[in-house]
Amino acid sequence: MKSDLNMIIVGVGGQGTLLSSKILGQLAILNDLDVKLSEVHGMAQRGGSVETHIRIADHVYSPLVEPGTADIVLGFEPMEAARWAHYLSRDGVIITNSSRIWPMPVVTGAVAYPENLYEKFEENNIRYKTIDAQQLADSVGSPRSTNIVLLGYISSLLPFSYEDWLKAIELCVPAKTLEANIKAFDLGKNAYLVKE
Amino acid sequence: MSSKQLMLGNEAFARGAYEAGAKLAVAYPGTPSTEITQAFSKYENVKAQWAPNEKVALETAFGSSLAGNRTLCCFKHVGLNVAADPLFTISYIGINAGLVIIVADDPGMYSSQNEQDSRYYAMSAHIPMLEPSDCNEAVLFVKLAFEISERYDTPVFIRTTTRMSHSRGSVEIHEPVNVEPKEFARNISKNVMLPAFARKRHITVEARENKLSADADHLDVNEISWNDDRSLGIIASGIAYQYVKEALPDASVLKLGMVFPLPLQLIKRFSDGVQKLVVAEELEPFFEMQIKAAGIDCEGKSIFSRQGELSTQTIRKALSDGQETLQVHESFTDLPARPPVLCPGCPHRATFNVLSKLNLFVSGDIGCYTLGALAPYNALHTNVCMGASITVLSGMIKARPELKNQAVAVIGDSTFFHSGMTGLTDMVYNCIPGTVLVLDNRTTGMTGHQDHPGTGKTLQGELTYTVDIGEVAKAVGVKNVRYVDPFNLKELEAVLKEELNNDSPSVIICKHPCALLPKQRTLPVQVDPSVCRKCKQCLRLGCPAIENHDGAPVINTSICSGCKLCQSVCVFGAIR
Repeated sequence: MKSDLNMIIVGVGGQGTLLSSKILGQLAILNDLDVKLSEVHGMAQRGGSVETHIRIADHVYSPLVEPGTADIVLGFEPMEAARWAHYLSRDGVIITNSSRIWPMPVVTGAVAYPENLYEKFEENNIRYKTIDAQQLADSVGSPRSTNIVLLGYISSLLPFSYEDWLKAIELCVPAKTLEANIKAFDLGKNAYLVKE
Repeated sequence: MSSKQLMLGNEAFARGAYEAGAKLAVAYPGTPSTEITQAFSKYENVKAQWAPNEKVALETAFGSSLAGNRTLCCFKHVGLNVAADPLFTISYIGINAGLVIIVADDPGMYSSQNEQDSRYYAMSAHIPMLEPSDCNEAVLFVKLAFEISERYDTPVFIRTTTRMSHSRGSVEIHEPVNVEPKEFARNISKNVMLPAFARKRHITVEARENKLSADADHLDVNEISWNDDRSLGIIASGIAYQYVKEALPDASVLKLGMVFPLPLQLIKRFSDGVQKLVVAEELEPFFEMQIKAAGIDCEGKSIFSRQGELSTQTIRKALSDGQETLQVHESFTDLPARPPVLCPGCPHRATFNVLSKLNLFVSGDIGCYTLGALAPYNALHTNVCMGASITVLSGMIKARPELKNQAVAVIGDSTFFHSGMTGLTDMVYNCIPGTVLVLDNRTTGMTGHQDHPGTGKTLQGELTYTVDIGEVAKAVGVKNVRYVDPFNLKELEAVLKEELNNDSPSVIICKHPCALLPKQRTLPVQVDPSVCRKCKQCLRLGCPAIENHDGAPVINTSICSGCKLCQSVCVFGAIR
């Protein structure tokens, strides 16, 4: 993969998308690359749709990924991944956590959660992979590490060394959670390698 | 010595102030500005504090500058309205040590009630304004702002936007400079704005602006990058500059680092060098109108919207003759929306449940509880600005006295200290028998849990006096002050009914900590399907953890906080 990276991490406020993008930002700095991230704080963080844009290159101007240019849309929730699918480039891929979080209109029964998202991806020639990151994080007793499992999963797609990933994680998580987070990262990484 | 760090735009602003030798930062939290003061508070040998509101913040910051320390003051765009009173007069007085005010606009209204353009404050208060376009510039521009402040004897604005403040990027950091405190002298004719003195200062202010305006033409942060292509020239500042460079790498660009006063000679020179001049600015035509007024032809808002943010795509679409969009895949347009909601375990849900049940008109305020206006609660019926819940209710009851037992005000604890206290005093003074619910969740919730005068702790973690909201209410003359835990629905309902029938003002303090504060989560509850009669009472609470599976409630235990509100509304005892 080329060293330029356009990526969007999408999910639901409170899922830990910000920590994942911060780790990617640290990776870029460790590799002497320019990086810009754009985050959502404030009201949307209260259970609304949230997205983080990540752009890594020799020089980055805009902190926003343009529709049609994302190499990866990393979904923390499948419907949110679909919401941002039009950001994918022709060769881009959706990687998404498969566990769903119902939005309020679905919770109240006003509308149904879309059942056929993956079929629609296929119909539209959208490349995608899914992983049950929530279940993997739960399996190591660290349900809050879903975000790190997902990073482990996509790490094989990115041109950064394992050592740099660990260093970036260390720079971003509290020391007492480092061990659990590394475990979560390895789980995600292995899940990808097994699948491929 | 310098090194590179990954920083949020707001952290970079704080870094700039630290490197410039600022000794104090004062602010009231408000998205997207909050993190500046939080980040500054963590540096060594500095002081940082939350003020109860922005007017207090700016006056305190001015006092610190007057006494001789470089000082930073931060708030969001609507906070600047609150601070506008001292602002216009501080502009007349000037400063002693550097005074920098960072104001954060919110194009697109990610977390705000309007989309006002703060650049007009720079123009109307005659205060220079800088606007950086990335995190590294955020550091440099704050340092430059302190220099300009002291060189020209003026407060200096830094304008940022949500996109700038909440972008993260690589920042070159340096050691802070050591700035000695300035001598502090009494200077009545400069520091006391009696009319006779203020008339003289007004002359100084005009001269200062003329000088700044002339000097702006030679300021490094205003910069033309010529390209071979002179058919189109674009003027941009802040984040819009980045979109322009991304969308049109071959265009000639004039980047404005100082957005007020404008470098009109430089703009004239740029305009003379290009065939067509376009201004790419978010929100209002602030540059465009001034450029046109100077007799220079340009286009701006005939191409770009005043609403929302610009983007690389909007600029490409408007100005590129080639490919308009890079989009490959159609967007999925039929997905259910995901609006923000009250969190599982939120004490406001309990309060709104009772307010809905009694079908009261609710005069709202600014905070997480503004979400009470959304489905399924639909239980908040007007909302203007910080503190307005109480005063709007007062006006309504003055107009229609019968509303006194059909309408209430709801206001958060932090918002009460911000500007609810004056409204409550007015309610007592003007004999208005209104009922005010203070939704006291022991923190400033929406902006991410900042302390305030009622929490007993300062920004830098010192223990301090806990101002008691009930005692404040009593002190201004409220006779009926009640305390209720909103999760006790029956008690809240009973207390509300009593107070609505009073003939004097009442304050009901609904006290329960925010669900996101530490130690608030307990074991999740579950629905016993063999007992559940599918009456949907629990579903009507609008809790994100209670899912409707074909009419049957199922609790998502991974997000249930164990608040047991659903248990209290279940008459069949099906939730355990």
